[in-house]
Amino acid sequence: MPDRSNIVYVYDGSFEGVLCCVFACFERREMPSGIFTQSELPPTLFPQEVIPTELQKFERVKKGIITKISIEAYELIVDIYFSCYPEKEWLICDFARLGFQMGRKITSCITLDTVDAMLGAAKHLHNESHLLKGFVRFSDYDGVMVAVIEPKNFVLPTLSPHFCDRYAGETFMIYDKTHSAALVHRPGEWRIIPITEFTEPEAGEYEQKIRSLWKLFYDTIAIKERDNPRCRMGHMPKRYWSHMTEMQNENLLRPGMQSLPPR
Amino acid sequence: MDVYDKLQILAGAAKYDVACTSSGSERGNQPGGIGNAVACGVCHSFAADGRCISLLKVLMTNACIYDCAYCQNRRSNDAPRATFTPRELADLTYHFYRRNYIEGLFLSSGIIKNPDYTVERMIETLRILREEYRFNGYIHAKAIPGADDLLLGRLGQLTDRMSVNIELPSQKSLALLAPDKSKTDILRPMGLITQKINENTTDLVRYNYVPKFAPAGQSTQIIVGATDETDYKILNLSAALYKKYRLKRVFYSAYIPVSDNPLLPAVTTKPPLLREHRLYQADWLLRFYGFSAEELLDEEHQNFNPLIDPKCNWAINHMEQFPVEVNRAPREMLLRVPGIGVKSTDRILTARRYTKLDFAGLKKIGVVLKRAQYFLTCGGKIAEGLRITPDNALQSLISEHCQELLLGTRQEQLSLFDRQITREDVTKCLTGQI
Repeated sequence: MPDRSNIVYVYDGSFEGVLCCVFACFERREMPSGIFTQSELPPTLFPQEVIPTELQKFERVKKGIITKISIEAYELIVDIYFSCYPEKEWLICDFARLGFQMGRKITSCITLDTVDAMLGAAKHLHNESHLLKGFVRFSDYDGVMVAVIEPKNFVLPTLSPHFCDRYAGETFMIYDKTHSAALVHRPGEWRIIPITEFTEPEAGEYEQKIRSLWKLFYDTIAIKERDNPRCRMGHMPKRYWSHMTEMQNENLLRPGMQSLPPR
Repeated sequence: MDVYDKLQILAGAAKYDVACTSSGSERGNQPGGIGNAVACGVCHSFAADGRCISLLKVLMTNACIYDCAYCQNRRSNDAPRATFTPRELADLTYHFYRRNYIEGLFLSSGIIKNPDYTVERMIETLRILREEYRFNGYIHAKAIPGADDLLLGRLGQLTDRMSVNIELPSQKSLALLAPDKSKTDILRPMGLITQKINENTTDLVRYNYVPKFAPAGQSTQIIVGATDETDYKILNLSAALYKKYRLKRVFYSAYIPVSDNPLLPAVTTKPPLLREHRLYQADWLLRFYGFSAEELLDEEHQNFNPLIDPKCNWAINHMEQFPVEVNRAPREMLLRVPGIGVKSTDRILTARRYTKLDFAGLKKIGVVLKRAQYFLTCGGKIAEGLRITPDNALQSLISEHCQELLLGTRQEQLSLFDRQITREDVTKCLTGQI
């Protein structure tokens, strides 16, 4: 690891901004002691340097990484940007510095601390994203499907291809409470937009009935003789439970109906 | 009786079927349809017993005409009976799938009237889902032994995976506990499915379009602990099934007493969960680690050691093949080292192309050094500070859970303190209060 110089970079929080920080590191031949956005800047005595985001520099760095290192390395950097790794911006700069020295073999040198940290953070992101492919729970509010998640990593970009294909004919939204953003989809188009405030509406009668059927199934399918709460927690950590239908203790309408609601 | 009551009865009746995987099929959505299938499978929830819930697992009906002693749906059992209509079940699947509760449907059934009629009802359910609702999610269906080949063929075209449960691992046990079934009854549909899948792959080469037949393959289930077959017998059976019928999975299910039949273990018997766990470990060794059944068990050793996992057991009985040099050993040998799995093997192979591996590097790769260090050298050296004595090696190869079992059976050790030492005692001792 190189010595960190006594300077702090401040950038605008965008992915383009991070790559501009990589550019600045090279131009100035230094590794800053930290890279932060203005709002997350901790109290510091070090001088601050504001790194402006310039698309031209971003394109140069992107092209450089893809041609001089590899496309895998670039994809790894994008993953890290979406991950919840502390000081991920600094890690990306350090990885790029090493990558330009070593070339395409960098992603295979998994015993280097920097690469190990990068791969670990990417794995954390993809694991959480995979779990949420299963744990996301939609509710039907007058034909619009809504789900709320609270992930540690910013998983919406990795989740969107999966859900947009699966529910191609539906109008749906996945609201990410942690990052105040939402994946919004209607047939034919989707985007990720910032949303600061969102409260779920009350569930209607049909919705409650389907929920109670699901809860019934969940409670019935467990084998009492094999009860194993720790195993369940290992596979399905408690922090996901608050948004999962079957783990709620709400009083639901029991379906007193002869048939299910129409499709 | 409404859908709620039916679901309660028919999910409760299906819960002893262990298979709930949704892997093996990769399929995108179709225009105007709902759903897709993901090759790796997705778990949507985990029940209180820690088992994955991926599919809506229900029976079409539990009104069965057979009388298998180990089964809670047997004719002679006095239990409430219910039957879904195909439309109800298709709607239920659709509503659950749309809310992302499930990855698809697992459809099994008791035998109502006769096997053909049962399969017809199942086909009608799947037809509504696939053709009317244009459902592209995962479907696992049970092939009902004794049903017509044409019907089973049609069923296979609508599903991703099919399975026929063997349940009892020998003809003798079958005759004893399931008088209506025989070995040939079970193996016949299994052979048919294998043949159809094979035909399907050759047809795919020949023609532009062929409707897929059970693209995620077939699986089966064996009950462990209901009868007196040994692990050796069960494992050999699985190995043969993988080889001969090209099964994707064999599931093992610890027998949970459901009846007080004198031929079966007493109702108070606890399910043999550890034995089931060891069988799964061995099953993985067969499928991913290049072991054969004869290497793990033999005529003299018919059952797995409950304290130690099958891979460690094999390793300590073959110490002449160790230690292995991490920087040079071939893939097959790395896979046989306790503490190194398939993923860490592949990572070792990647990493050692560019760097020389040491123990710190192995730790980053994800090797469990606690176990692996006794079987490895890095650049000709063993782990620093490691002293190999039979006692400490064995100790570290036994998992924490099993150590508790071991301690429970041993006599208590003599101690200077007549009670357990607590954390406070240690603090007091260190701070000089004693």
